[in-house]
Amino acid sequence: MKLTINEHVHELDVEPEMPLLWALRDELDIKGPKFGCGVAQCGACTVLLNGEPMRSCSYPVSAAVGQQVVTIEGLEKNGKLHPVQQAWIDHEVPQCGYCQGGQMLAAVALLKKKPKPTDEDIDAAMTNICRCGTYARIRAAIHAVAAKGVHA
Amino acid sequence: MSQVTVKSAQGIARRDFLKFSATVSATTGAGFSFGFFVPSMAEAADAKAAPTAQKVNAWIEIRSDETVIIKYARAEMGQGSSTSAPMLVADELEVDWKKVKVEFATAHESLAQKRVYGDMSSVGSKTIQNSHEYLRQAGAAAREMLIVAGAQAMNVPSSECVAKLGVITHTGSKKSVTYGQVAQAAAQLNPPATVTLKDPKDWKIIGQPIKRREIPDIVRAKIRYGIDTQLPGMVYAAVMSCPVFNGKVKSLDSSKVINRRGIIKVLDMGDFVAVVANNWWRAKEALKDVSVEWDVPADLAKTSSASISQFFHEGLNQAEAAVARNDGDTLGALAKADKVIEAEYFTPYLAHSTMEPMGYTGWLQGDTLEVWTSTQSPEATLAVSAAGAGVKIENVKVYQVQLGGGLGRRGGSQDFSLQGAKIAKAMSPLPVKMLWTREEDTQHDFYRPASLVKLRATQTADGHISAMHVRVSAPSILNQLLKLPLPKGIDPQAVACFSDHPYAIENSLVDYAQRNTNVPVGFWRSVGHSQNPFVRESFIDELAHAAGKDPLEFRLSMLSDKRPKDKAILLAVAKAADYSSPLPKGVFRGIAETEGYGSYTACVCEVSVNDKKEVKIHRIVVGIDPGYAVNPDNIQAQLQGSMVHGLSAIFWGEITIKDGHVEQSNFHDYRMMRLNEMPKVQTVIAPTGGFWGGVGEPTQAPLGPSLANAIFNATGTRVRSFPLKNHGFTLVKA
Repeated sequence: MKLTINEHVHELDVEPEMPLLWALRDELDIKGPKFGCGVAQCGACTVLLNGEPMRSCSYPVSAAVGQQVVTIEGLEKNGKLHPVQQAWIDHEVPQCGYCQGGQMLAAVALLKKKPKPTDEDIDAAMTNICRCGTYARIRAAIHAVAAKGVHA
Repeated sequence: MSQVTVKSAQGIARRDFLKFSATVSATTGAGFSFGFFVPSMAEAADAKAAPTAQKVNAWIEIRSDETVIIKYARAEMGQGSSTSAPMLVADELEVDWKKVKVEFATAHESLAQKRVYGDMSSVGSKTIQNSHEYLRQAGAAAREMLIVAGAQAMNVPSSECVAKLGVITHTGSKKSVTYGQVAQAAAQLNPPATVTLKDPKDWKIIGQPIKRREIPDIVRAKIRYGIDTQLPGMVYAAVMSCPVFNGKVKSLDSSKVINRRGIIKVLDMGDFVAVVANNWWRAKEALKDVSVEWDVPADLAKTSSASISQFFHEGLNQAEAAVARNDGDTLGALAKADKVIEAEYFTPYLAHSTMEPMGYTGWLQGDTLEVWTSTQSPEATLAVSAAGAGVKIENVKVYQVQLGGGLGRRGGSQDFSLQGAKIAKAMSPLPVKMLWTREEDTQHDFYRPASLVKLRATQTADGHISAMHVRVSAPSILNQLLKLPLPKGIDPQAVACFSDHPYAIENSLVDYAQRNTNVPVGFWRSVGHSQNPFVRESFIDELAHAAGKDPLEFRLSMLSDKRPKDKAILLAVAKAADYSSPLPKGVFRGIAETEGYGSYTACVCEVSVNDKKEVKIHRIVVGIDPGYAVNPDNIQAQLQGSMVHGLSAIFWGEITIKDGHVEQSNFHDYRMMRLNEMPKVQTVIAPTGGFWGGVGEPTQAPLGPSLANAIFNATGTRVRSFPLKNHGFTLVKA
């Protein structure tokens, strides 16, 4: 099967039911999406599928064929950070950082749909677990991107 | 020299090779050698073109381009110490922080140099507490050597030279040389016999909100965690231990899976089973279809939360107990008292649930083992790995990687390293990456011990507590996990916060009935301070209410002048929380004060609770006096984060036991707080100077009791056990 990941096409020969996460991590060495729970609870494995956040640990790789897959590695373009990544740096959001790739992708998807999200919008969209407890800074960073009015 | 380069898959950006590049110059002359280091990938690319570097001492290396390499000899798991510890070195060294690069020291490098880096573990919030002195001394000694070398280069007396931002200037002539120009000469000098550390008022880096060094790499996914290790020809292992603790493999049938795609081997490891495959998902899926018969002693299989509770209750009532504190004649005073107030409090077992599950990559080639694992104690990993793989400790290398959270799970007791090393041995010469499922991680943890506490107290007519007896009935981490004998029968963590309570209570007895069970116990963020403060500060609140006193005034009245720091933080947090001002109708507050990890902490929670027992937390004000606040922004992050960690446990955290195994398995039944539930947290950082307290753990301590006290004020219900879900309370957005 052919997968389009971060605008590159990859040829893969794996079981169709293999979760996208393990095709990315163990077949293609794309390690940004993390394993946290395996049951779509925590969101550490979040990728974007045609712009929508998806928990790749519970999404069959075959279903991703024909879709645009974006991982955290694909956010930086031509050496320029995505505004969400920059805001994450400016607000010193990450602690251990393990969940943050998924958090940033969820934020990117939110801001695409709602460039000026309310707190309620953020509550509804940001459902990934962070054990370090960086939630307050995640919220602040999202508001900061929105306030800058940068098209995310 | 050990260099591993994995070819990138076609079409993937250059980040996709993992390069553990190690520069080893085995120079032994003059005692200077370059350390073994594992740069992040970005740094690895830089390292090729690196200018010549000179190691001034074990901690400091200065390059000819003025880059200053500072070694960090502990782990980074989000606590921020890999920035704050090097800040201590850099301040004394007198360098521009912008030119500082931090590199991890490794355990094998330290071992080869007679443990030059000292204790390398990141546990007990002690990196700053325990290493501030020798780190500052290393910086100061190097500065002095550089000044002497600079003076020699300029042919002026060193006493007339000063160092600032990496430049040595002769004050008279204004001539100057840079650190990079004289580092090589400085390295040849003998270190000064003594150094004078700076007066805190002269600090330039310590106390500043310095950006954490690794965050830009985290947001670019350029940091590799243990789980991200990739090696040529690597295979993947999924593992399963007996669901009942301590069970052994009796028999195993792998016939259903052995011919499946990608399956390489099924291993009977005695006390666990491993499936090795060419993709971890294939291994994990196959493991489900390996039938294992376990050998479980009958008594172990009977253990349940109810049987443990009964066992703990027997501890409350047994006549003999180890005495941890004995001021005055508490039992006599209570026997004579007209009125005794008593209460029992319970806190449950808790799992760590770090975001990154336990894992280990081991590569045994001949008698040499290389290890990549997320560890809080690389020295323990080194020793356990050597034992597990059956090789000499000198032949093991443990490369430091970023941890996907630690929370105490990855400390000295390296069960995962033992497993990983055994698998590496079984699969040698292939490199193997072992990874636990979340279910394995939840059900085979070292749990925060459950604890049952009974308190009895009597008060004088004006409310003063004249006698208090605290009986703790709980497992001992030191004895059960570390197999250490308990001095006088006391595990300090089991009685923490009781044995050292700050209150002026003339008759104060704290005793301990050790109740070890077959449920493994271990260090969980804040350890004894994750549970005992809830008990102590709730009971103090009960006594304040019994006396008709305001809980803040009541505490202040019992803190003597010998406890100025406790008083100060309590007052600072009360002030920030507008404690003396009335709250909106229906909103109530609770307060608590604690001390631990060398710091002083207090918390005020403001809540409202409706008749459906829905709890809204309107505001949390939490404060710390850590003595010196090394990196204030990082301290704030730790305070914010510890509230989330605490609230997850307080509302939902509970590991229960049935038929000898853990009932919970994943985040659906071991619930974590999410962003939409995050209350407003206001932080108070109130450093009073003169000491170096920890910051990662202490502030979780006052959260539980201040919340429970607020709930009492709101509802009249005194919560005497966590989690709150068991009392019907739910958390809703304020």
